[in-house]
Amino acid sequence: MAIAIALIVLVLVTVLFHIFSPWWLTPIASNWGMIDGTIDLTVWVTGFVFVAVNLFLAYAIIRYRHKQGAKAHYEPENKKLEIWLTAITTIGIMALLAPGLFVWAKFVAMPEDAMEFEVVGQQWEWSYRFPGEDGVFGAVAARFYSGANPFGLDPDDPAGQDDRLVASNEVTLPVNVPLKVLNRSKDVLHNFAVPQFRVKMDMVPGMVTSYWITPTRTGTFDVLCMELCGIGHYLMRGRVVVAPEADFNQWLGEQPTFAQTQEQTTASAAAGEQHYVTCAACHGAQGEGNPQMNSPKIAGLDQSYIERQLHHFRSGVRGASPEDTFGQQMAGMSNVLPDDDAIASVATYIASLPDVPAIAADTENEGNISRGKKLYQNCAVCHGDNGQGIWTMHAPRLAGMSSWYLSTQLEHFRSGIRGTHKTDQYGQQMVAMANILNDSKAIGDVIAYIDTLDQGQEDSSDTATGRGN
Amino acid sequence: MEQVAIADQHDEHHEPTSFITRYIWSQDHKVIAVQYGLTAIAVGLIALVLSGMMRLQLAYPESFTFINPIAYYQFVTMHGMIMVIYLLTALLLGGFGNYLIPLMIGARDMVFPYLNMLSYWFYLVSVLVLVSSFFAPGGPTGAGWTLYPPQAILPGTAGFDWGILLMLISLAIFIVAFTMGGLNYVTTILQARTQGMTLMRMPLTVWGIFVATILGLLAFPALFVSALMMLLDHVVGTSFFMPALLSQGQLTDHEGGSPILFQHLFWFFGHPEVYIVALPAFGIVSDLISTHARKNIFGYRMMVWAILAIGVLSFIVWAHHMYVSGMHPWFGFFFAVTTLIIAVPTAIKVYNWVLTLWRGNIHLTVPMLFAIGFIFTFINGGLTGLWLGNVVVDVPLSDTYFVVGHFHMVMGLSPVLVIFGAIYHWYPKITGRMFNDTLGKLHFWLTFVGAYSIFLPMHYLGMLGIPRRYFANLTTDFIPESAQDMNIGITAAAIFVGLVQILFLINMVWSLRHGKPAGGNPWGATTLEWQTPQTPPAHGNWGPTLPVVHRWAYDYSVPGTAEDFTPQNVPVSPGHDTEDEEART
Repeated sequence: MAIAIALIVLVLVTVLFHIFSPWWLTPIASNWGMIDGTIDLTVWVTGFVFVAVNLFLAYAIIRYRHKQGAKAHYEPENKKLEIWLTAITTIGIMALLAPGLFVWAKFVAMPEDAMEFEVVGQQWEWSYRFPGEDGVFGAVAARFYSGANPFGLDPDDPAGQDDRLVASNEVTLPVNVPLKVLNRSKDVLHNFAVPQFRVKMDMVPGMVTSYWITPTRTGTFDVLCMELCGIGHYLMRGRVVVAPEADFNQWLGEQPTFAQTQEQTTASAAAGEQHYVTCAACHGAQGEGNPQMNSPKIAGLDQSYIERQLHHFRSGVRGASPEDTFGQQMAGMSNVLPDDDAIASVATYIASLPDVPAIAADTENEGNISRGKKLYQNCAVCHGDNGQGIWTMHAPRLAGMSSWYLSTQLEHFRSGIRGTHKTDQYGQQMVAMANILNDSKAIGDVIAYIDTLDQGQEDSSDTATGRGN
Repeated sequence: MEQVAIADQHDEHHEPTSFITRYIWSQDHKVIAVQYGLTAIAVGLIALVLSGMMRLQLAYPESFTFINPIAYYQFVTMHGMIMVIYLLTALLLGGFGNYLIPLMIGARDMVFPYLNMLSYWFYLVSVLVLVSSFFAPGGPTGAGWTLYPPQAILPGTAGFDWGILLMLISLAIFIVAFTMGGLNYVTTILQARTQGMTLMRMPLTVWGIFVATILGLLAFPALFVSALMMLLDHVVGTSFFMPALLSQGQLTDHEGGSPILFQHLFWFFGHPEVYIVALPAFGIVSDLISTHARKNIFGYRMMVWAILAIGVLSFIVWAHHMYVSGMHPWFGFFFAVTTLIIAVPTAIKVYNWVLTLWRGNIHLTVPMLFAIGFIFTFINGGLTGLWLGNVVVDVPLSDTYFVVGHFHMVMGLSPVLVIFGAIYHWYPKITGRMFNDTLGKLHFWLTFVGAYSIFLPMHYLGMLGIPRRYFANLTTDFIPESAQDMNIGITAAAIFVGLVQILFLINMVWSLRHGKPAGGNPWGATTLEWQTPQTPPAHGNWGPTLPVVHRWAYDYSVPGTAEDFTPQNVPVSPGHDTEDEEART
C-alpha cells in the first residue's frame, strides 16, 4: 500500500518539479525554434504516458494487493488487448518521430546562400576563420602548423591569402544571416556549443564537419566545449557576439588576413636592447631577476608570452588591481614602450638572452615534493612534464624561474588579482587551475616540486621550435 | 529419441572433496556464480565511492585538493567503465546467469564446467589489471568510459600512457572471460534443458539471459578489435583511429586514421551492451513480479518475442549515440527510425508487467518492492530515451546532464533495483536462510526514493545546457546560482544513497547466520530452482533423478487447484490445466 502511495506522490512530485523547475531551455537565439517545438511535443506525449502508466500501476497495486483468501485471476494472454496496446504505442511513436524527422530534414538541408565561417578547436581554446573577399577558404594541413601559422594554412595557396583569421576565443557573427558553420580540430575531438543556438556538432581532427544556423538575437553568448577533450575540457570556453550585419562587417574588416599575419615585423632584438635598459634596472642586466625588488627572472621565457604579458600590462588587463602593488608598477613601466613594435622588439631581445639561474629568495620552501608532484600532473598538460613551458599551449616555462614569484602569482590567480579580466583567456584558465590548490600547503608543495625541475628543459623539443619567431 | 548427457548420469558427479576444489578452483556453477557476484559487488563498491567523490567536487568545487581535474576525470572514467562492464555485465550474466541457468532449466551444471571456472578466473584477472591502473605511473585513464581517441592516447588526458594501456588490456581479458562464459550459457540453454523444458516453457529470466548472452557474443568482438587497434595505435604507432594531428602543438607521426571509426566500433558494441544489461533485468523482473503477484506473467509469448525483437534491433541503432559526432547527418534519419521502433517492444514489456499485477494477488515483499521500483524508474528512463533517440531532440541535449540523468535512470538505477530484488528473491535459495525483512524494506525505501532524487533533477540541469564531464561549471551567462544549489542537493542524495547500501551489506552478512531457515520454496514459486531436493542445492542440483517438466513456468493461481502455484515439474492432471498447450509447442 505504501508503495502505491509513494508512486502517486512521486508522479506528483515529478510533475510539480517539472512545472516549477527554474531550469529549462535557455531563451533561443537561433532559427531552430522547431527543435524547441519538437521538445514541447515530446514533453506532452511522454509526460502523459509517464503519468498514466504509473498511476495505473499504483491503482493496480492498491486494488489487487494481497488480502486474506484472495486469489489471482488466471489469464495467460489477451490477444485483443495486446494488439490494441501495440497499435496505440506505434501511433504514439510515429507522432513523435514524424515531426522529428521533418525538422531533421530542415537541419540537413543546408541553404545555398549560407555564409561560411570556420571554427577551429585545439586543446583548450577556440579560434575562427572567415574566407575573405574571394569567399573561398585556403587549404589547410597539419604539417603547416607553426607559431607563425597557427591555422595551418598552406602558404602557397592563393585562396588562403585573404582569409580573415581570428586568433581569439571570441567571434562576432551577423544576426539574421544563415551561417554554415565549418568545424575543424587540430588535435582531439571538441564540440563548439552555444546552448542558445540549440544545434552543435563535434569537431573531428582529419575532417571538416558542418551544420547551419541563423542567429536571430543580438547579444553575447557563452561557448562551451561539449565533447570531452582532456583535462582542460571544462576550461575550453569562448564567446559569440551576435551583432547587426554592419557591425559584423566592420569587425571582420579589423581582423587580419592571413597575408598580413605573414608579413615580417620591423621588431628586432637590437631595437629591443635599447628599450631593455629600463627593464634591467629591476629585472637585472641578464634578466636574472631580483627578489629584493620583487622582480622575477625573465630570461628563458619565450617571446610570445613576454609580448602577451606586456600588452596585458599596458591595456589594464593585468596589474590594474590595487592589491597588486608590483603589478601596478609594472603596468606603469610598460607604458615606457611606445608601441606594439617596441613591445615585440623588447620581447624578442629578452627571449634571446641566455638562460641564467634565477636569484633565489631568502625564504625556504618546505613544501612536500611528492604531493607537489602529484598535483603538478594537472599543470604538466600545458606547462610540460619538465616545466619547460609549451608555447603552443600558451603556457610559460616554470622550471628554473623565480619560485617566489610563481608562488605569488598562484596566490594572485586564486584571489582574483590576476587572470579575471574577460579578455585574458589563458589567465581565466589559470584562475580555475590555481583554484584546485585549495589548502594552505598545496601551493608550496607544487612550487617545491617545480624547484626540482631545474634541469632538462633544454632537452625538450617543445621549447626549441617556434620560440622567438 | 531420449538422450542422456554425461552430466545427467548421476553416478558420475565428481563431487569436489577439498575446500580448494569446492570453493576456490570450483567448477560448480553455483560457486562460480557466487564468486562472480562477490567480485562484481566488491569492484562495484569502488565505483560507488568514485561517484561519491565526483559528486563532492560538483557540489563543492575548489574544496578538495585531492579531487583535481586529473583525478576527477579518472573517477568519471573508472566509475562508468566499472559500473557498466565489471559490475552490471559480470553480475547479471556471470552471477545470475551462472546460478540460475542450470537450476531453472533442470540441468546438473553448465555443459563446460572447466571453461566456466576459467571464465571466472579470467574475469578476476581483468578486474585486477583494471584496479592496478590506480597504482600505475600517471594513474588510470581519464578518457571517459567511451575511451574516444585521439585524446585517450595523447598527453592532455590523464593516464594517457599506462592507464589506457591497462584499461585496454583489462577489457580484452574481460572479453575473453565473457566469451568462455557466454558460449557456456548459450550451449547449456540449447543442449542441457531437462525433459519437457521446451524453449517456450523457459522462465523469462532464462530467456533474458540467453538473448543477452548472444548479444554479448556478437557485440563484444567489436570492442575487442577496437581495443586491439587502439593498443596498436598507442604502442606501435599505427594510425587506425589517428589522423594527422597535433599533440601539445607538435605534429605527430600519425596520418590517415579515423576517430569516428572507433566510435562506430565502440557503439556497435556499446548499444547492444545496454541490452546485455537490460534483457537479463527484464527477464528477472518478469519472474519476480509473477511470483510475488501470484499471477502468471501476462502475454508470455509476446514477452519472449519482445526480448528477441529488442535483441535484433539493438544491433541497428548504435549510431544514435553519434548524432552529433560528425558522421554524415543523413544517418540521423535511419537511426532515429530504428531507435524509436525499438520503443514498441520495450513498451509492450512495460504494459505486460503492469498487466501482470492487474487482477493479481500482490504480496508486497522486498523483491516485489524492488520490482515495482524498477517499473517506475524504467518508465521514466525509457521515456527520456524517446527524447534522445529522436535525432533533433538529441542535438541540443547531447553531452549535457540530460544524458547523464537518462542513462543512469534507465541502465544504472533500473537494473540495480532489479539486481537488489533478485538478490533478495534468491537469497533464501543460495544460502538457505531468509534475509531480515525490516532491513530489506528500509534498504528499498531509502534507495528507491533517494536515487530517484539524484537523477530526476539532472535532466533539468541538462535542459539548461550544463555539459556533462565538466570538472567545474565556473561562471557562464546562462547557468543560474540555483543550479549549484541543486548540485549540492543531488550530492547530498547521492552520498546518502551510497551510505544506505551498508544496510544491504549488513543484511546479507547478518542473515547468513541469523536468518530464519528458509525451506526449499519460501515464495511458493513454480520454477525449477525452487524444487531442488536440498536447499542450498547440492552439487549436481537434483539428487539421483532430473526433474521432468510438464508445464510452463507461470502456473500461479490456476483455477481449480488448492495451492496458488503449480511447480513446473508437477504432472498435468486432465481437466485441471488451463494452459494453452497448443500455443506453446
